[in-house]
Amino acid sequence: MSEEGERRAILRGVLHQLPLLGVLVALWMLLWGSVSVLTLLTGILLAIGVTRVFYLPAVALSGRFHPVAFTRLLFVFLGQLVAASAEVSAKALSPRGIRSSAVVEVSLLSRSDFVVTLTAVLTSLVPGSLVLEVDRERSVLFLHVLGAERPEDLEDMRRRVLKTEERLIRAVGSNRDVERLQGEGVA
Amino acid sequence: MNLVLDVAAGVLLVVAALLSVAAGAGLVRFPDALSRMHAGTKPQILGLICVVLAIALSLREWAVLLTLIPVVVLQLFTAPMSAHMIGRAGYRTGDFRSELLVADELEDDIARADHVSSEEAGEPVGRTLDDREGDDDRAR
Repeated sequence: MSEEGERRAILRGVLHQLPLLGVLVALWMLLWGSVSVLTLLTGILLAIGVTRVFYLPAVALSGRFHPVAFTRLLFVFLGQLVAASAEVSAKALSPRGIRSSAVVEVSLLSRSDFVVTLTAVLTSLVPGSLVLEVDRERSVLFLHVLGAERPEDLEDMRRRVLKTEERLIRAVGSNRDVERLQGEGVA
Repeated sequence: MNLVLDVAAGVLLVVAALLSVAAGAGLVRFPDALSRMHAGTKPQILGLICVVLAIALSLREWAVLLTLIPVVVLQLFTAPMSAHMIGRAGYRTGDFRSELLVADELEDDIARADHVSSEEAGEPVGRTLDDREGDDDRAR
């Protein structure tokens, strides 16, 4: 790689990290409860320091963001959270209790760590599904489904997770993943 | 107006309390460790959001709202991680009642992987649970 290309790669790396640094700075200012030059400067210093000391591999953001799809993702998620919380609460309190559960395998479409991680997080946040294991190479999630009894319950869960992934890809996924979505015919 | 907001805050607090009760009941009543993880980690997220909303509605200050946002966001990101780590450990150590599972596709997948790797290495199929550890690290 030429020197020019190397410099461009470094610049791109810095640009990709900027949103995350921004979040750290915003968090710092929120914790102080004040937006001022002092909190901004100390925030930037700390953000750089923290990412240096607690080094983790760079998160590969897709660089694409669709506000409408993102809003939709948030609202659908909130709806699912409320509905599923009520459902699990009802199961916990019902005299019948839980008879059975299941471990379900879900093959995701995306190969991006970012999308797979967020899908796992969103799936885990909704009560009734718990991510037990992640196969990163094949993008496969293994979920524990609370109260699953019939084979249809497993299919429902699989469909729900794939829908979540689809919404995520539409909101923050890379162009390649969006194309793959269309190629799958779900668009 | 203030009365409406106070009543809304009160209702939210009651909802949050009910969710906590349900979580507690699930923790006691669900049959195995993996099921209990659902009760122990999930309803509290909505419960926490309700409590935080109630605080925001009753105090009605921007500074308070701004400190409450990170509380929710950090909870949203950390709760699934802890649930995953405990669930994963629970599955690997066999700390669950497999007779209650109507399907276990992870078990099937591990069996397939074992079969393939033993065909490659010419080893006999059928290993114990402790051997999975090494397999998994290699795959990662």
